Amino acid sequence: MAGTDTTPVAGGDLAGLEAGLDALDAVQVKRTPLRQVLLQKVLPPVVAVVLVLVVWKLLVLARVTDDYKLPDPSAVGGSLRRLWLDGTLLDIIWTSVSRGLLGFVAALAIGTPLGLLVARVPVVRAAIGPILSGLQSLPSVAWVPAAVIWLGITDAAMYAVILLGAVPSIANGLVSGVDQVPPLYLRAGRTMGATGVRGARFVLFPAALPGYIAGLKQGWAFSWRSLMAAELIASSPELGLGLGQYLENARTDSDMPGVLLGILLILFVGIAIDLIVFSPLERRVLRMRGLAAR
Amino acid sequence: MTPALTTATSGTAVGDDIPAAVRIDHVHKSYGRPGADRPVLDDITLDVRPGEFVCLLGASGCGKSTLLNLVAGLDRPTAGSITVPGGRPALMFQEHALFPWLTAGRNIELALRLRGVPRAGRRAEAERLLELVRLGGAYGKRVHELSGGMRQRVALARALAQDSRVLLMDEPFAALDAITRDVLHHELTRIWSETELSVLFVTHNVREAVRLGQRVVLLSSRPGRVVREWEVGIPQPRRIEDAAVADLSVEITEELREEIRRHGRH
Ligand SMILES: Nc1ncnc2c1ncn2[C@@H]1O[C@H](COP(=O)(O)OP(=O)(O)OP(=O)(O)O)[C@@H](O)[C@H]1O
Ligand SMILES: [Mg+2]
Repeated sequence: MAGTDTTPVAGGDLAGLEAGLDALDAVQVKRTPLRQVLLQKVLPPVVAVVLVLVVWKLLVLARVTDDYKLPDPSAVGGSLRRLWLDGTLLDIIWTSVSRGLLGFVAALAIGTPLGLLVARVPVVRAAIGPILSGLQSLPSVAWVPAAVIWLGITDAAMYAVILLGAVPSIANGLVSGVDQVPPLYLRAGRTMGATGVRGARFVLFPAALPGYIAGLKQGWAFSWRSLMAAELIASSPELGLGLGQYLENARTDSDMPGVLLGILLILFVGIAIDLIVFSPLERRVLRMRGLAAR
Repeated sequence: MTPALTTATSGTAVGDDIPAAVRIDHVHKSYGRPGADRPVLDDITLDVRPGEFVCLLGASGCGKSTLLNLVAGLDRPTAGSITVPGGRPALMFQEHALFPWLTAGRNIELALRLRGVPRAGRRAEAERLLELVRLGGAYGKRVHELSGGMRQRVALARALAQDSRVLLMDEPFAALDAITRDVLHHELTRIWSETELSVLFVTHNVREAVRLGQRVVLLSSRPGRVVREWEVGIPQPRRIEDAAVADLSVEITEELREEIRRHGRH
């Protein structure tokens, strides 16, 4: 039954066919125009903020409560202007942000190897895996009293609270990132000779990156929250004036515009760091893999 | 390249004078406790000659992937031995298994890097391999930006980048439409005939096996055994719609049906 009517395939014919096929089903990636980004991403939150301000103003005008409980938005604006003119605004923010970021970097340095250990060494996972994920649900404010007794009202106490809040998040993020790596990638890596350290470097870690970054993002949120709680509770004149202390000082002075300003600044910094650092990082990583919605 | 034609029909081992590219020697594989369950693979003996294209055919679940994994060294046989004298074989999975965090070109470069190719030569070599699978412009493309057929071709290029003597392919084209598959069959036979590659190609598509292979090996199911093999004497280039391919496919399909029917009888 050997080669009776085998017509040789014309190479050019197939090449044309191939090009046609590829043109048909390759995904088209296009960038969204700036106007659309402004309209869809920037406008909605601006409208939301304006709405909140309007409602706030209306409540003040309607005199729902005393002035010292609910000050006019312009009073908060006045406090902000005064801080700015004093030249203390940026100092206050920087004191807290630098503490938060330094603590976060330390948490990163501890949480990453810890997460790798838990993910890859079964004994370690059995021993501390459940504790680590349990710690995530423990509000880190609960550590403040202990940290103050151990370390006094010092910067060290602040950092201890940050670490206790952020390390579990970062480690857990890495663990779940590693757990979710499709075994197919590891097997593909092995057939190419990526085993041991090279397997971790070229396959495991990049594959686990999305989970790791989600952990970092959460770790930052926890760092910031823990730090504010610590500054608020363990405030002392010896420590530099941070946002938490500013808020606490405003409370003791019954300065409601100052209190509201403190809350808004804490919120603002938390959002800003996320928007400037973590969200772009996460989006980049996901978009590279074709996982991001937009 | 003229394939050496032997008259072997079943359970063949290459004569000891020619070193086999892959030697599968009385291999057993069972999952779980040994002896407790019926083995997945039972006494498989099969050699792939250097430069030979062997298609492994069998019903779903008969242990084809298991066998390939054993040959690739991803798993160990329960008994028997597998030798691949030319070093670690390249394995192309049923799913493309490309790394989504790298571009098409970088996927290939990673394989080159792991093989020990110095940095300076990698880019050019990756471009050459993409050219080989006719994807010249795809170097910077992300995996998700490629079509299914393009992904399989990049996966083929990545497997070739390992520069192994043996290429194992596990139903690599099963998920593709007929026309795309046809194109890739053509690419594969072209690349194979231009190199000294030995190919062990798994499929459950009889026509595909006859279209590609110099030898078609039929496995039984539960336990997996070599039932019969056919030498395919039809000269390349073949086409899947050729009458000679169709004739042999009918014969093999009949045998495969018979094999599956046997399971219904007990
Ligand atoms: N890790 C495992 N543990 C237990 N049983 C397994 C495992 N992997 C495969 N099997 C069993 O081995 C048998 C053969 O599986 P295998 O994947 O090799 O089949 P296959 O021939 O490749 O099938 P298909 O054509 O559907 O891909 C199946 O019955 C399957 O249930
Ligand atoms: Mg399979």
